[in-house]
Amino acid sequence: MIDVINLQKSFGSNKVLNGIDIKIEKGDIMCVIGPSGSGKSTFLRCLNCMEDPTGGQIIFNGVDIADFKVDINIHRRRMGMVFQHFNLFNNKTVIQNIMLAPVTVGLQDLKKAKRTNVMIKLTNLFRSSRMKKDLVPITTNKAEIKATAKENAMALLNRIGLADKADVYPSTLSGGQKQRVAIVRALAMNPDVILFDEPTSALDPEMVGEVLDLMKQLAKEGMTMIIVTHEMGFAREVANRVLFIDGGQILESAPPAEFFGNPKNPRLKEFLSKVL
Amino acid sequence: MGDFSKKVDAFLDAFINQNGYAKVLEGLQNTLLIAVLGLVIGILIGTVIAIVRVLPKYKVMPRILNGICSFYVGLFRGTPIVVQLLVFYYVMLPLLGIRMSSVNVAIIVFGLNSGAYISEIMRSGILSVDHGQMEAGRAVGLSYWTTMFKIVIPQAVKNILPTLGNEFIALIKETSVVSFVGATDLYIAFNMIGSNSYEFMVPYLVMALIYIVLVLLISLGIKIMERSLRKSDRRH
Ligand SMILES: Nc1ncnc2c1ncn2[C@@H]1O[C@H](COP(=O)(O)OP(=O)(O)O)[C@@H](O)[C@H]1O
Ligand SMILES: [Mg+2]
Repeated sequence: MIDVINLQKSFGSNKVLNGIDIKIEKGDIMCVIGPSGSGKSTFLRCLNCMEDPTGGQIIFNGVDIADFKVDINIHRRRMGMVFQHFNLFNNKTVIQNIMLAPVTVGLQDLKKAKRTNVMIKLTNLFRSSRMKKDLVPITTNKAEIKATAKENAMALLNRIGLADKADVYPSTLSGGQKQRVAIVRALAMNPDVILFDEPTSALDPEMVGEVLDLMKQLAKEGMTMIIVTHEMGFAREVANRVLFIDGGQILESAPPAEFFGNPKNPRLKEFLSKVL
Repeated sequence: MGDFSKKVDAFLDAFINQNGYAKVLEGLQNTLLIAVLGLVIGILIGTVIAIVRVLPKYKVMPRILNGICSFYVGLFRGTPIVVQLLVFYYVMLPLLGIRMSSVNVAIIVFGLNSGAYISEIMRSGILSVDHGQMEAGRAVGLSYWTTMFKIVIPQAVKNILPTLGNEFIALIKETSVVSFVGATDLYIAFNMIGSNSYEFMVPYLVMALIYIVLVLLISLGIKIMERSLRKSDRRH
């Protein structure tokens, strides 16, 4: 699903990613670990071009999205992202947070379809009756897009037990609640993959569990996930592959049993001896 | 004291019997009109400039626009507003062959001028919004502009509301220079009353009081607005 080929990223003269090659298949749960400053976040943020790669390719569903010419916004709809500091929209209520992207994108597509149809009608005036083009079928309208998004958002809130918080602002939620809302905000777009950047690192210890539990549920349902984390227990239990990144390179990539039980790279051995 | 009450009588006579009140109302109206419309124009111009100035600068076009905006802001912040009024009214308009009432000139110049100041306020407002808000919007597939207008700007405006209120107060006070291009404001009105009654103490005192009351009312309005905005954050 995602094919990363020789990915490189520099900030000025600081070379942060030095040629990363990795294939992510549908249904993969990939955990990324490594020392602080090793380029884990940068790697993750290059996958949806939040940071523009300075070299290499990122083939997502057959398209190289590292290419400046592609419309990245279209592809980002298919890739969710969950941040360390939640980044819920402060000026929107919880349910508005979840609905904003589906509604905005839905309305944009509707507008585009209508515009296309106007163009087709205009050009049809100059076509012979045999050559006339068919209109793009429009099966929805503004109200329906909003209603569907709202229904979907409520279902997601019910799922995480926060339906009663639909109309509050994020500032009134606990950290664990914020992160769970952030996760369903990503889910609301029905993405093919969700990228997590240390989703539990900013949480009080007693809230880590609720967020990890939700992520485990998603994993069981077959969601493709790429997770930068320091939660070794979680990685061991949930991941089907674990990556060790240091110095902007993948130094080890193995299933968790092998990764933790029989690490080969000396730097990984040293790292694991410190954190386990 | 008898002297003072004589002065008050003279003022009242000029104010009521010699149509002074009509002139004062006209002046008050102009003052408010220039300040309010100036603020509205200023907010529009200021927002556009602020957005240009925070635009990522990899490409050529944003850099050119940024240069133009820097020049604009420097020009309007670097010269006194009286000079801007005089140049606009006595230099620009005749050169362009345009006729325009002095109140309209004042509205435009105050709008252009406050646009330069508000752009700086708005820019710091935008920069005060956590960058994570923009990232979260982009990450779900919203464009830079959609995220800017739906997420960042509303939060920026909320952060700078008190400062915008101060800008409005500053505008109200600064309108006292529009008589330089012949517009009737409070100063002109009370100056006329003073000339009619050969007595300036009471008119200018009343004028000062009106300015004070105006400013106090606006400050109060800002406070109420801030409080209701803060409440909307913690409604439940
Ligand atoms: N936006 C940026 N500008 C400049 N340098 C950056 C930026 N983001 C990250 N870096 C640098 O890239 C390196 C890797 O950072 P990061 O990917 O955040 O590491 P990790 O997530 O593994 O802790 C660090 O040296 C950091 O200073
Ligand atoms: Mg990081």
